[in-house]
Amino acid sequence: MSLRLELQHNGPLLDFTAEIPAGQISALVGPSGSGKTSILRAIAGLLRLRRARISLADERWDDEGLHRPTRERSIGMVPQHHGLFPHLSVLGNVEAALTHLPAPSRRQRAMECVRLAHVSGMEDRLPSELSGGQRQRTAMARAIARAPKLLLLDEPFSAIDRSTRKHLYLELRRLHQQLGNTVLLVTHDLDEAAQLATHLLLLDQGRLLQAGATTEVLTRPRSVQAAQLLDIPNIFTGMLETSRSGRALLRWGPHSLRVAAGANASEGRIKFAVLPQNLLLVKTDRPWGSHLENPLPTVVRDMVTLGGEVLLWLQLQEVPEAQLQMRLPERAVRRYPVVPGSEVTVCIRAGDIVLLEH
Amino acid sequence: MMDWTAVILSLKLALATQLVLLPPAIFCARWLALTTFRGKAWIEGVLALPLVLPPTVIGYYLLVAMGGNSPLGRWFEALSGQTLAFSFTGLVVASALINIPFAVQPAQRAFEAISLEIHESAKCCGLTFWQTFRRIELPLAWPGILSAAVMTFAHTLGEFGVVLMVGGNIPGETQTVAISIYDRVQSFDFSTAGAMSLLLLGISLVTIAISYGMADRLMRRRRL
Repeated sequence: MSLRLELQHNGPLLDFTAEIPAGQISALVGPSGSGKTSILRAIAGLLRLRRARISLADERWDDEGLHRPTRERSIGMVPQHHGLFPHLSVLGNVEAALTHLPAPSRRQRAMECVRLAHVSGMEDRLPSELSGGQRQRTAMARAIARAPKLLLLDEPFSAIDRSTRKHLYLELRRLHQQLGNTVLLVTHDLDEAAQLATHLLLLDQGRLLQAGATTEVLTRPRSVQAAQLLDIPNIFTGMLETSRSGRALLRWGPHSLRVAAGANASEGRIKFAVLPQNLLLVKTDRPWGSHLENPLPTVVRDMVTLGGEVLLWLQLQEVPEAQLQMRLPERAVRRYPVVPGSEVTVCIRAGDIVLLEH
Repeated sequence: MMDWTAVILSLKLALATQLVLLPPAIFCARWLALTTFRGKAWIEGVLALPLVLPPTVIGYYLLVAMGGNSPLGRWFEALSGQTLAFSFTGLVVASALINIPFAVQPAQRAFEAISLEIHESAKCCGLTFWQTFRRIELPLAWPGILSAAVMTFAHTLGEFGVVLMVGGNIPGETQTVAISIYDRVQSFDFSTAGAMSLLLLGISLVTIAISYGMADRLMRRRRL
C-alpha cells in the first residue's frame, strides 16, 4: 500500500522521486518554498504537473495520459488553515464529505468521526465559534470521514498555540494507531516531524535530499545540504586517510580522529558533521585515559543557558576556523563549572562523526 | 391620483429582469471569478459599459438592434407578430442588458472571496461540480447574489433613459413609474409626481436596507 511518487515540474521547480511507506506517519520536511505543499497538492490531484507518476499500491492516480480527479483518489486532507466551510456547522462540515452515503448513515458516520477527532459536543457550532484546536480537530474529523487510505496534512498545527499543539500531537498518534492508514505530514518544523513521524523525507528546492527512518535522518545526514537543513551547526572540513593498520583516520589540523568510515567514503578532503549533543565533556578530575575517544583540546569562548540546557561555543586549539557548538544539561555545568576562557577537553565517539557527501 | 398601472408595470419589469438576468449573471460571475485568461479585462470592460455610457446612447443602440430593420427585430416579429421595440418584452431585454454590471459585479466579488483552500477542500471531500456549486459556493456567495438581486431590482425601478428610448411611453405596456413621474411633471401635476416619487424612494430604501441587514448578519456569523 506504499505511495510511489515521481514528479517533475517547472514552476514551482520539482524533481522528486520517493516512496512513502504504508501504514506509517511520514513527514515531508523542508524550508518555505521548497515545494512541500505543491507535492501534497499534486498527490491530491489538485495540481497538474508537467510530468507525474503517482500510485498508491496498485492504484494508479497519475501517469502518462492519466489524471484521476481528486474525488476518485482515496485521500483525506487537512490544509494549512483547515479549509472548513464557514457556513456549515461542525457536523455539516463532516457530512459534506459523506455525500456518497444515504442520509441516515451519513449522520451516524459523521457522529463517529466527530467522536474520534474529539469534537463531541460541538456538533452544532459554526467554525467561527471554535478555537484553533477545535477547528483543526473538525478538519481532521472531515478528513477521516471517507475512511481514506492516505491522509495528507499540510502544516496542520502551524496556526495552533504550543500547549494545544502538544495535545493534538498525542491525538494524531492515537488516531493513527486506531485507523492505521498512511499519513503524509508536511511541516517545516523539525521537532514536530521528530515527535510525530517514523519516516522522514528531507526536501530542498523541489528535490529529495534524504529519506529514511526519522532518527536515522536526524542524526546521520548524508550531505552538507541535509546537515544544514537539519540545523546542525558543527560542519567542518578534514582529510580522510587510512592508517597503516587499515583504520580510517580523519586529519583535522594537527588533530587526528578515528572515524567509522563507510565503504563509499573516498580518501582526501571531506566534510563532516558532529551533533552538538554528541560532544562529550571530559571531567577535569579524570582528564585522560584509555576510555576517551578522539579527545580534543578547546577553549570556551561563549556560553548561553537556554531552557534547562547550556549552549557552549568552543574554540578548537590550533585550528582557528573551527568553532564547535556543544549542548550540556544545566546540572552538568553546575557540577563541573566551566566559564568563558576555561580550557576544556571534549571527545567524540568515532561513530558520532558523520562523513558527508559533496 | 397615483398611477398604479405604472407602479405595477415597474414592479413586473423589475421582477422579470431579475428572473431573466440573475441565473446567467451568477454563472458568468463565477466563471470570471475563478478563471484567468487573456482578454478577461476586455470582457469585464464590455460588461461594465452600461455603468459609463449615457443611457440614451445604450437606448439608441438597443432601439436600432430591436427595430423592424434589424435581424433580431425581424426574427421576433416573425415569431410573435409584434415588434420587440416599444413592447414589454423589449423592455425586459433592454433592462436585463443594462443591469448586467449591477448583477455580475457584486456576485463576482462574492465568488472571488471564496478561498482556494475552500474550493480544494470541497474537491477533497469528494464533491462533484454541482454539489460544490449548490452546497458550498452558492451559500457562501449568497450575500453578493442578494446584493446583485437588490441592485438590479432598485436600478430597474429607477431606470429612465433606456426605457424611454426602447419602450416609448405606452400606458400599461411600457410606461414605468419613472416615466409616469416625468409625464406628471410635464403636465404640472406635482402632487401625483411627488406621491409616486415618495413611493419609489420608500420601496428602494426598504429593499436596500433589508438586503444590507441580511448580508451583514450572514457575514458576521461566518467570520473566522
